[in-house]
Amino acid sequence: MSGANHVDIRTLSHPETATLEGKNKFLGFWFFLGGETVLFGTLFATFIALRNRVATGPSSQELFSLPLTFLSTIILLVSSLTSVFAVLAMKEYKIRQMQLWFWLTVVLGLAFLGLEITEFKEYVHEGLGYTTSAFSSSFYTLVGTHGCHVLFGVLWISALMIQSYKKGITTVTAPKYYVSALYWHFIDVVWVFIFTIVYLLGILGG
Amino acid sequence: MDTANRQSEMLDYIAKQRRKRDLQHYWVSFALMIVFTVLAFLAVYFRKSINDYLIAFFIVTMAVVQVIFQLYYFMHMKEKDHGFPALFLYGGAVVVFVTVLSFVTIVWIS
Repeated sequence: MSGANHVDIRTLSHPETATLEGKNKFLGFWFFLGGETVLFGTLFATFIALRNRVATGPSSQELFSLPLTFLSTIILLVSSLTSVFAVLAMKEYKIRQMQLWFWLTVVLGLAFLGLEITEFKEYVHEGLGYTTSAFSSSFYTLVGTHGCHVLFGVLWISALMIQSYKKGITTVTAPKYYVSALYWHFIDVVWVFIFTIVYLLGILGG
Repeated sequence: MDTANRQSEMLDYIAKQRRKRDLQHYWVSFALMIVFTVLAFLAVYFRKSINDYLIAFFIVTMAVVQVIFQLYYFMHMKEKDHGFPALFLYGGAVVVFVTVLSFVTIVWIS
């Protein structure tokens, strides 16, 4: 016993919002996600308005492939599941399990990024540069911004995991793990709209 | 002391049951999200034999339903104390809706 305020962290069912700091991080992060929604919304609006303006460059129907998009989608969806398992492990204070699930999330994120980079390289090879047409600019901006978010998520979660070997699961670190998982789910939410509106509607045409 | 012990044991048991239920919810949501994704891709795969507008409406619906599962189960919005998150997110969504609406109805682009 280390005084009157001593609380065993294992008795807390929500270590991420057990302190005022944790509550603030939780609330502030959701506020940030509201802003991110608007950011991606404006990029989506621009893309939807300009997606048929291909000028002399290739169109989405000539470029996109169903199997590749499907593979990226499944990879990101599975990574969303692994990060939810990581948070579940965190709530049970099983740090090894949490690290394993988060590292798996990072690996899947890297696989997604690798696919996206090869995909963009192929498009450039087929004559779709950033300034080729209004379609290409809005496409690369929207999907590229999402890719940057994936890259940031990979780096952020990796940094948190490296830190976790030293600091463990405490009321200080738990909000960080929780919030990073929220970020990762949000990336998947954005991707759901990207694969539907950019790729599937693009392949459908019109 | 004995009653306190028993009480903490009971709380432990309740927490464990709750996590078990959460785990079930995650698996079911994940399976459903895979199903929605596969259905959307299948609809586009068979685009030659289905009406285009019907496919477009169907795949956007699938996306919205999938995102609701992601938000309420994976991002825990169904849990209590999520009033402000919902306010922020839906506030953002309203701005997005108006922006997209104005951009698709602008006469001098489309």
